[in-house]
Amino acid sequence: MFQLKKTTLCLALSFGALSQSQAAEPIKVGVALDISGPFAAIGVETRDGLELAIEKLGGKLGGVDAEFLQTDFAGNPQQANQLANRFIQKDKIDFFTGPVASNAALAVGPALFAAKVPFLSSNPGPSQFAGKQCSPYFFGVYQNDTYDEAAGVLANEAGYKNAVIIAPNYPAGKDHLGGFKRTYKGDIKEEIYTKVGQIDYAAEIARIRSEKPDAVYLFLPGAMGINFVKQFVGAGLKDIPLVAPGFSADQDVIAAVGDAVENMQNTAHWAHDLDNPANKAFVQAFRDKYKRYPTVYAAQSYDVVMAMDAAVRDVNGNVQDRDALVAALKNANFNSVRGDFKYGANNYPIQNYYVRKIGKNANGELTNILVKTILPNHQDAYVAECKM
Amino acid sequence: MDVIFVFEQLLNGVGYGLMLFLLAAGLTLVFGIMDTLNLAHGSLYMVGAYLAARVHEASDSFMLAIVVAVAGTKILALLVEVLVMRRLYRRDHLSQVLATIGLIMIADDAVRAIWGPSPIMAPTPAWLSGPVTLFGVLPYPSYRLMLIAAGLLVVLGLYLLVNHTRLGMIVRAGASNRRMAELMGVRVSRVFSFVFILGAGLAALAGALMGPITSVQIGMGDAILIPALVVIVIGGIGSVRGAFVAALLVGLIDTAGRAFLPPLLHALLSPDLAADLGSGLASIAMYILMATVLALKPSGLFPARG
Amino acid sequence: MHNNPQATAPVVPVQFKSRQESGLSLFIPWLVLCLLAVFPLLAPLLGLEYYVGFVQRLLIYSIAASSLNFLIGYGGMVALGHAGFLGIGAYTLVALLDSGNDSVWLAWALAMGVSALFALLIGSISIRTRGMYFIMITLAFAQMLYYLAVSFNRYGGEDGYGIYTPLSLGSWLNDIPHALYWVVLLIAALVFAMGSRVARSRFGLALQGIRDNEVRMGAMGFPVYAIRLLAFVVAGAFAGLAGAMLAVNNNFVSPSMMSFGESAGLLVMVILGGMGHRWGPALGVAVWLTLAEVLKLYTDYWHGPMGLILLLSVFLLPAGLAGGSRQRVIK
Repeated sequence: MFQLKKTTLCLALSFGALSQSQAAEPIKVGVALDISGPFAAIGVETRDGLELAIEKLGGKLGGVDAEFLQTDFAGNPQQANQLANRFIQKDKIDFFTGPVASNAALAVGPALFAAKVPFLSSNPGPSQFAGKQCSPYFFGVYQNDTYDEAAGVLANEAGYKNAVIIAPNYPAGKDHLGGFKRTYKGDIKEEIYTKVGQIDYAAEIARIRSEKPDAVYLFLPGAMGINFVKQFVGAGLKDIPLVAPGFSADQDVIAAVGDAVENMQNTAHWAHDLDNPANKAFVQAFRDKYKRYPTVYAAQSYDVVMAMDAAVRDVNGNVQDRDALVAALKNANFNSVRGDFKYGANNYPIQNYYVRKIGKNANGELTNILVKTILPNHQDAYVAECKM
Repeated sequence: MDVIFVFEQLLNGVGYGLMLFLLAAGLTLVFGIMDTLNLAHGSLYMVGAYLAARVHEASDSFMLAIVVAVAGTKILALLVEVLVMRRLYRRDHLSQVLATIGLIMIADDAVRAIWGPSPIMAPTPAWLSGPVTLFGVLPYPSYRLMLIAAGLLVVLGLYLLVNHTRLGMIVRAGASNRRMAELMGVRVSRVFSFVFILGAGLAALAGALMGPITSVQIGMGDAILIPALVVIVIGGIGSVRGAFVAALLVGLIDTAGRAFLPPLLHALLSPDLAADLGSGLASIAMYILMATVLALKPSGLFPARG
Repeated sequence: MHNNPQATAPVVPVQFKSRQESGLSLFIPWLVLCLLAVFPLLAPLLGLEYYVGFVQRLLIYSIAASSLNFLIGYGGMVALGHAGFLGIGAYTLVALLDSGNDSVWLAWALAMGVSALFALLIGSISIRTRGMYFIMITLAFAQMLYYLAVSFNRYGGEDGYGIYTPLSLGSWLNDIPHALYWVVLLIAALVFAMGSRVARSRFGLALQGIRDNEVRMGAMGFPVYAIRLLAFVVAGAFAGLAGAMLAVNNNFVSPSMMSFGESAGLLVMVILGGMGHRWGPALGVAVWLTLAEVLKLYTDYWHGPMGLILLLSVFLLPAGLAGGSRQRVIK
């Protein structure tokens, strides 16, 4: 199956008022995708959102022809690093996007920032890039901890007096639980750290059972979350509410777990039933093309392309002027599917966070249903550390 | 921490151990009898899980799913045995490693092509979705109880097969001295095929049974392959009895590590350090077990071959 | 163990007659070295500047593969955790950098030293075992190191450690473009030369003797355990060097460098290239990594073709790419 889509180069003669760019070169976007590897399922979502946007824009950004160099890096940060270097040195890309996980983002950051290539994240929001290592060339879609901070507020408002929290034992896991603890006011009965990639959670579930908490908050991305939820429900603990950040409860997890995950509450900065024109158009187009509801990953990658489109238009196709390009990106002059937002000083967005609950919608499909806004215009906790 | 908690963890460890045994049994038999290291064993587990998940979802019958998964994987294994494995029996271990890694890569892409890259739905049968209350006090997932029962049945079946049937005797003869067995009329190549396919069937069964409680996705075989390798090394290569004992040990130690170590460390150290150390140690508990066993018994607990 | 009649015959793949010293076999390495040396200068003319970095990476991996080739091919010790030493070398560099020192030379020297130390520790326990058990013990140690690195926050854990200001080669070297490439090439060439020599050295011959018949060598009075351990330590040290070189190459270090997948990948490259052969590591690395790079450009389904190539090589080229079709004799 040949997936690499190169739009054909067409030379456009420029006439006065119609001129979009002096260069005949197409704009090059390097896209490092998780086609294989631990986040392959999410990589599919990222690509689908991207492809939908490309199709909508006719393969152009800001009216200029664009080439999207989509390559698999197998979820491996070392390979991501090599790929980024190839994109920069060989393909001379103008934009970069694609990876799902924070470790890949951190792996490619140094090279991209040094080469002044804007990195529009289609998912990762590491605290490092929000704080100490912030760069004008990085644009986040959300900061990793914000989902958890929103969940902490949710737990407070739902009246959960105590909770057990669980995450894998690596820095992202600790960060996410840290985010939850930042806003949650109840008592943390136990903080459980599991092995990265762990399959069997019986031991941890037994511990939870013996603690009998009001709720369980989990950060277990990918297969780990699927395994945990299946086993949790199978252990008969369905009456302990599960709260999760949006990525552990999105459509891909629902598809793999099914009814067991019904009633799980989760937080995210987007929901597919969010009521704004851009989002409605996006979701409809996505469902028409792919016959399923989009996840937050698809929404983000779609937004990324739209952001690039707007920025290129604002600089009249002159992407080589990196300062102007970066300023245009910061203006975020496009209709995001998230609704209105603006960037903070560290190029991470200040935006709303919502509560979603998994349930059956009007068509009887099991999906996320928007409940309410929990944190309006929320900014990440690291902006003060950024010296930009 | 009370008796109920400890007993629950005991059951958990046994259940996990028995599932590991299903995988390790096939692996150790193939290595012990044909002196062949088959790293693609995890891929057979994966295929079993995928087949079972798909059939279950299409037919709503868990039993049918298991039967189809095991049969289907066995047919695939027969193909692989004839085309590839047969040429590897006389080769050195490194060639076997290279070839079976090649098989893993081909299997991964084949699965991706057929079923896509996303994890798929493996439903839990309705009659096993809830807990059963043991001794009136402990609600325990009925599915896990079924796993334990199934595992024990397989152990019994294997024991009877290897030790009390003519087939088992032939297999053991072929293992200890191929030439002699051949001269006495045993079709050793048939025996080898049988062992390989039996191993594949066990792996597929493990996959089919584990599907509903784990994530069915590409690469699920690699994750469980390493614990299975650790089990056969601890148990002694070629020994099914050793694999059984070792699998239980690994299952119990791994579970105990995750269940008891973090709270223990919490009581002794600062929360941050306890969290770091606790799960870190729990991750490597089974390796420490293996290193300890090998330090005391360098050929494993029950070495089948000298 | 099955009886392999060939195992008792003296089948060291390297001939140590003077025939090898002359003619083509002396000429080829020098030719390759010259071609590689001028490559960065020619690359811009052919539009291949990016590939200078690619070749640099291949050279570094060939150093790692050489160390494993030494261990497996000459020593007969199949280590499935070799990538662990790559990680140790890389993280030693990170530790040094984090404490304020940015000298490449010091970092690489330290990386070798620390890796050698770990190899001594790990080896002293592992070398007591044989065959499959040795494979698993080395794997176990590598996994332990991996999980340690993942949970160790100080150097980024799973997220890895990004190197934002490149290390220094020394004031005058820093100013020469492609200096790093030539340094890497020089080291790779030295490792290649050493690898060629060691097979014929006293140490190398003793090591191969132990590989072929341990009991006999022991009976003849060779310190079997010590020789094996020394080989393990040397291999570990050079793998550590390669790891530290990778860190400088990528400006990024993460635990995935020492995952099981990486160890398996190294093993595949060494076997594919042809074990115990001096060109084995370079060929294996070049073919495997180039294939991966090229296939990914054209299709999502690149695992399958590469797996197929492995199968074909096992059946058609039993002694690897470098060895042709001679039967491999190491069990």
